[in-house]
Amino acid sequence: MAGPRRSREFSRGLRQRRENALQRPAPLRGLQGSFDCARLRFANSRSAQDDNLFECDLEPMKMEEQDDRARREEVCPSKRGKPDLDSVRAQIEAVADQKAGPEYWRSLEELAGSEDFQEALHREFPKGASEWVDSVSRRGFMKVMGASMALAGMTGCVKLPKEEIVPYVRQPEEVIPGRPMFYATAMTLGGYASPLLVESHLGRPTKVEGNEQHPASLGGTDIFAQASILGMYDPDRSQSVVSMGDQRSWQAFVDAIRGPLSAQKALQGAGIRILTPTISSPTLADQLRNFLKVYPQAKWHVYEPVNRDNVLEGAKLAFGQPVETRYDFEKADVIVSLDADFLYAGFPGNVRYIRDFAKRRNPDGNMNRLYAIESTPTTTGAKADHRLSWKSSDLEWFTRNLASELGVDVGWTGERHNLLVAAAQDLRSRVGSSLVVVGDHQRPAVHALAHSINEKLGNVGKTVFYSDPIDANPINQGESVKDLVADIGAGKVDLLVILGGNPVYDAPADLDFANALKSNKAPLRVHLGLYQDETAELCQWHINQAHELETWGDARAYDGTVSIIQPLIAPLYNGKSALEFIALLSGQSDATSYDLVRSYWQKQHAGPDFEAFWRKSLHDGWIEGTAYAPKTVAVGPVKFRELSVPYDPNAVELNIRRDPSIYDRQFANNGWLQELPKPMTKLTWDNAVLIGPKMAERLQVKTLDLVELDLNGKKVTGPVWVQVGHPDNSVTVFLGYGRKRAGRVGTAQGFDAYPLRTSAAPWFATGLQIRKTGEKYVLASTQGYQWMDTPDGDHRPLVREGALEEYRKDPNFAQEEDEQPAPGLTLYKPYPYNEEAYAWGMAIDLNSCVGCNNCMIACQAENNIAVVGKEQCTIGRHMHWIRIDTYYQYPDQEARDRDNPKAFFQPVPCQQCENAPCEVVCPVGATNHSSEGLNDMVYNRCVGTRYCSNNCPYKVRRFNFFLFQDWETPQYKLMRNPDVSVRSRGVMEKCTYCVQRINEHKIDAETASVREGKEIKIKDGELQTACQQSCPAGAIIFGNINDPNSRVSKLKAQSRNYSLLGELNTRPRTTYLAEVGNPNPELKS
Amino acid sequence: MNEQYKSTIEERAPVIEPGHTFGTVTEKISAIVLTRPASNGWFAGFGIAFLLTMMMLYAIGYLFLKGIGIWGSTIPIGWGFAIVNFVWWIGIGHAGTLISAILLLLRQSWRNSINRFAEAMTLFAVACAGIYPAIHVGRPWLAYWLFPYPNTMRVWPQFRSPLMWDVFAVSTYATTSALFWFIGLIPDLGTLRDRATHPAARLIYGALAMGWRGSARHWARYETAYLLLAGLATPLVLSVHTVVSFDFAIGIVPGWHTTIFPPYFVAGAIYSGFAMVLMLAIPIRKIYGLEDFITERHLQNSAKVMLATGLIVAYGYGIEAFMGWYSGDRYDAFTIWNRLHGPYAVAYYCLLACNIFVPQVLWIRKLRTSPVALFCISFVVLVGMWLERFIIVVVSLSRDFLTSSWGMYYPTRWDWMTYIGTIGMFLALMFLFLRLLPSISIFEMRTLLPEAEVKE
Repeated sequence: MAGPRRSREFSRGLRQRRENALQRPAPLRGLQGSFDCARLRFANSRSAQDDNLFECDLEPMKMEEQDDRARREEVCPSKRGKPDLDSVRAQIEAVADQKAGPEYWRSLEELAGSEDFQEALHREFPKGASEWVDSVSRRGFMKVMGASMALAGMTGCVKLPKEEIVPYVRQPEEVIPGRPMFYATAMTLGGYASPLLVESHLGRPTKVEGNEQHPASLGGTDIFAQASILGMYDPDRSQSVVSMGDQRSWQAFVDAIRGPLSAQKALQGAGIRILTPTISSPTLADQLRNFLKVYPQAKWHVYEPVNRDNVLEGAKLAFGQPVETRYDFEKADVIVSLDADFLYAGFPGNVRYIRDFAKRRNPDGNMNRLYAIESTPTTTGAKADHRLSWKSSDLEWFTRNLASELGVDVGWTGERHNLLVAAAQDLRSRVGSSLVVVGDHQRPAVHALAHSINEKLGNVGKTVFYSDPIDANPINQGESVKDLVADIGAGKVDLLVILGGNPVYDAPADLDFANALKSNKAPLRVHLGLYQDETAELCQWHINQAHELETWGDARAYDGTVSIIQPLIAPLYNGKSALEFIALLSGQSDATSYDLVRSYWQKQHAGPDFEAFWRKSLHDGWIEGTAYAPKTVAVGPVKFRELSVPYDPNAVELNIRRDPSIYDRQFANNGWLQELPKPMTKLTWDNAVLIGPKMAERLQVKTLDLVELDLNGKKVTGPVWVQVGHPDNSVTVFLGYGRKRAGRVGTAQGFDAYPLRTSAAPWFATGLQIRKTGEKYVLASTQGYQWMDTPDGDHRPLVREGALEEYRKDPNFAQEEDEQPAPGLTLYKPYPYNEEAYAWGMAIDLNSCVGCNNCMIACQAENNIAVVGKEQCTIGRHMHWIRIDTYYQYPDQEARDRDNPKAFFQPVPCQQCENAPCEVVCPVGATNHSSEGLNDMVYNRCVGTRYCSNNCPYKVRRFNFFLFQDWETPQYKLMRNPDVSVRSRGVMEKCTYCVQRINEHKIDAETASVREGKEIKIKDGELQTACQQSCPAGAIIFGNINDPNSRVSKLKAQSRNYSLLGELNTRPRTTYLAEVGNPNPELKS
Repeated sequence: MNEQYKSTIEERAPVIEPGHTFGTVTEKISAIVLTRPASNGWFAGFGIAFLLTMMMLYAIGYLFLKGIGIWGSTIPIGWGFAIVNFVWWIGIGHAGTLISAILLLLRQSWRNSINRFAEAMTLFAVACAGIYPAIHVGRPWLAYWLFPYPNTMRVWPQFRSPLMWDVFAVSTYATTSALFWFIGLIPDLGTLRDRATHPAARLIYGALAMGWRGSARHWARYETAYLLLAGLATPLVLSVHTVVSFDFAIGIVPGWHTTIFPPYFVAGAIYSGFAMVLMLAIPIRKIYGLEDFITERHLQNSAKVMLATGLIVAYGYGIEAFMGWYSGDRYDAFTIWNRLHGPYAVAYYCLLACNIFVPQVLWIRKLRTSPVALFCISFVVLVGMWLERFIIVVVSLSRDFLTSSWGMYYPTRWDWMTYIGTIGMFLALMFLFLRLLPSISIFEMRTLLPEAEVKE
């Protein structure tokens, strides 16, 4: 199945078009053509039928390449001394002059990409040009990089993947420059695939969307997928093979590894150890297993700092076998979350779970109820109807009580919390439609207890499903890495292959992985990675890895569905994929990822027409029938009585968590994620030591104080962030910071918490001591704590909320909180918007919004929003066009319990006021109202008085105080959305409701009107803003409010609908649906 | 003029000390420009002021190079020192025209000895003020787009914006003030031309005197022109700061959106303007021995104006606070609360002290006539009026509607350098003015002499 995939045209006969495309034969094309990138793209992508033709064309080219190489030897004698760059440049020009046709580009690419040339570049420029010097400013450095990249011939065009990407090939006549194409692919996090559709402008991927037909996405994405575009274009990524600090070629590595491998062959690979992160790729797993067949004594170790050891161990404890647990939140009426942050990125399946959860938050429907018992405050806790802050280490005690309350024989009961009793009763009353979910970091026993509870409640097969693990090698990763280090120490390892991952930085501190490598007991160490990181530094060979958007591959989503990873662009820096790397070790040095993936699935495919199957799988973004079927397992006789039950509310506990923004460390060099305010704290660019207010008071520490954490002699110093809602006697630190070699963005940000993390206690440990150092540290928080109660004792109804009972009694409660001014109460004549074809408006359902931050990154990617850096964030100059305001409120005004306030999220984009205060005050008319009700910003006209921002009551306007945009780095030029202006210094900017998308659809509708000879309007739902499209909760709805049947009009007609600061008579087009909670009536507060 | 009125005038301190003749007045004032050598003190003062001016130019140069980001302004406080200082300087620039024009129309002849340098001060203050709107925009090279100049794209400024009105108000005010000042100078330039000995001085003063010969016809036309200009300038005194206050009053920010602003801004402007006049007049009269011309009466009168306008300003504060409570608007109420208890509360208490409480000592006649005391009080008032603008601009913006978007403002060293630099520029221009032009109107002083009274 093939056909251009444009996700913005879902409702416009996409399916039909796809079917048409299937029936059409693939046109044949040769390599002749113009220099045009788009055309080149056709040439490079080939269908199966084209193979012969392609090869014919390839032959003469290879000869010419040889000529080139000979010529290059003359001008670039890198082995003979310092190369002369001028002559290299002359050579490029000479090559360009000589050849016409596509060969020119290929030659130049080859020339630029060739190891000789790369080496020449490397030597010519000072060391800083190819290695990271932390003291150099990000921008200054990028200029240097810009120069070297420009020389490498990267500015003009894109490098393109050689293999076929299905939709593009079939219908080149549909390719209109300026119109994007969409390809289905996936990216993985911790092994779990996020199914994606990636927008491509003439061969440049620019934006990631969720694959709306894939069950794991349904159109939503998470922040990591959204930000992966920036990661792919990252100029700090490793750009070459490096050995002992010198740039080498891939071929040099191929030659170098041959000897050691053949030596191992004799030993049956007894000295080979391969360390991989969690892998769900069937092809890669198959390859590794084949490798192990050839080298039976070799070992495959798996380690990733954020692993699911506890989940697998818990499953083993309960069922005697490792199984994956999957939930159906849509069917769950009562949910008890035991420290599970299932509504935030990083939790496997979170995108789908958010969607399912949000569906059940409609107060007019059958609303669910969420109890969250959690340690570190999370967005999941904030969405809960009842939240209890509870120490991680005591959660087993709580779970045991809950289990005992529900009739699981744990042989013991403790003191019963009133919330526990209520939750248990609620669960009991919903047999088969309740759910207990446990966080990955909780002890195996808690998981086992939850399995028992779910079984007891009859939820298995209804809201809880078990299946085979997604992890292709579901071993205990903590043990695995421990064994590896032991083997290295014992001198058993001759060849250590680290396939991605950065164990030197993130392996448990007690193993001292760095020392194991430094000791040289593993004589040959090879590292494949996206960055020349801490691990690369200690390996003799570092191979630059290709990004997931640059290479072929496959991976499983949380339900087991396999997605084929398609490259959107040829590797920018000639990186190699893990597949190619293992193929090399297995002796297939020429195998491409494409061939590997394809041939694996060819073997798997039983049906007749593989080609059709392959095309359909690529096009759809997943392979049909690969989802794991639910498995029937039963909880065996767990000896809960014998398991230890620690409970000590007075012991000081340390919680170690993956960072909400940069995960374990993977995204440390991603500016979008670094600058993304972490939920709850709204911190950017740093991690902090989170302490609850009571404990902070006791220790007499304040936010920004530097404290030393001492856990059994291991010491780490970090700044305090007093976080309301954090349990007492508990401290949380986030991983991933304090990097030494992350790149310009991530290096030396924050503090490294890994030294506190041991293999015995990877997620929480007790016995922590905290000491004040007396120093201060500046943290960049975009908001801090917001209360809707102002310090003068007043309450501002910004987020309006009520309980379900209250809502049923008084559905208009949200609109009664302030006086709405009469319409027409303005000096200026109101514009007759109702006479226009469209009047754009937005409704944001606060009940659905889970504060996942996804809209912020989606907006940043779509609208080319700049990253400003920590210093600018500290003084409030972040540029996000949409932000998630978080407000806290005491559930009980009397008690004012700071340890457990309620939190609310409110996404705030430009409200597009009809009486916009910003417009009247602009002296040059740079911000104007469109006839469709958009508050337009004319960047060219803006002189930057900032009056509009002052007068904006919502403070959604952002100002370019400096030249925040990077105008030089060529990679970023490729990355940007060509439909959106890149703003310069001194200009105000803000949300436009994605006016570029509106116009694209309007033009389409007008063209269609002319073609059809009748008026055709944009259909409801066809046009989505970037924030709306990526929202996994479906909380943001955009559309035409002149159409009473549009979804947005219907939402705005609901009684929950209210305008933020509506009493100012701004008449905002963005309105909110008030939050309605569903607290248990039996629990007051 | 009735007897009673005449007697009260006679009882008052004189506006010119007795014993002067036309000759001595001319001699004494023109000598500062023509014959007295510049003292070391002048050079030192001018040198420092000049260095500060250079510092300002450096700060502005760096600003153009890097962007507005070098200042402390941010979101939500989009305007910081630049607008605070703009309003402060414009306010100071009010006294000159008020003294020259309004007091002229009201026939307050005591103004004659201070109007010249008060007007000069106005011009220089407006020049200082004028720098800020031009440099505070994000793309200063395009600041001219605020002017309604004819362009090929036929794009006009946006006339609903108070900033637009500001452009007109301030530029009109600057033009009229300059014209008024220059026309008032013409007879004195003639005097200087006649008395100058250096050929270059004769040439320059001669050219500037525009052929003034002092004929009766000249005098008649001069009087008419001056009176007309005074008539024109008078409404401007009220309009400029009214328009400047619209920058805030038209906005919807709590703390800005209030109808009391126009009168209260005008009063505040005159208040700070007179403070600046006193701060300049007191040292000048001392150094150049002009106690005969700028007498105790002038000091007293200025002090009384300050006292009166200070009370109007106090009333403004009172009304703001009252309306915060009376309006029942939660945002306005919080603004007042925030001024009293918020993070910038110290600034507000200082403001109350400087602008309301300290100036009340001017009720005491003894202090009103003491140059040292007046100098100090004037300084306090200038500080207070600066704080007032700081509180209006910064404190209001820092706490507006959404609590999530509250922020803080911290001026950077570039803010301070620019601000202190404009003070330097102002002083440098004053120093030059003192040496190059008669700082007291010679011919108008002569009309105050008994000789000038025409006997019928």
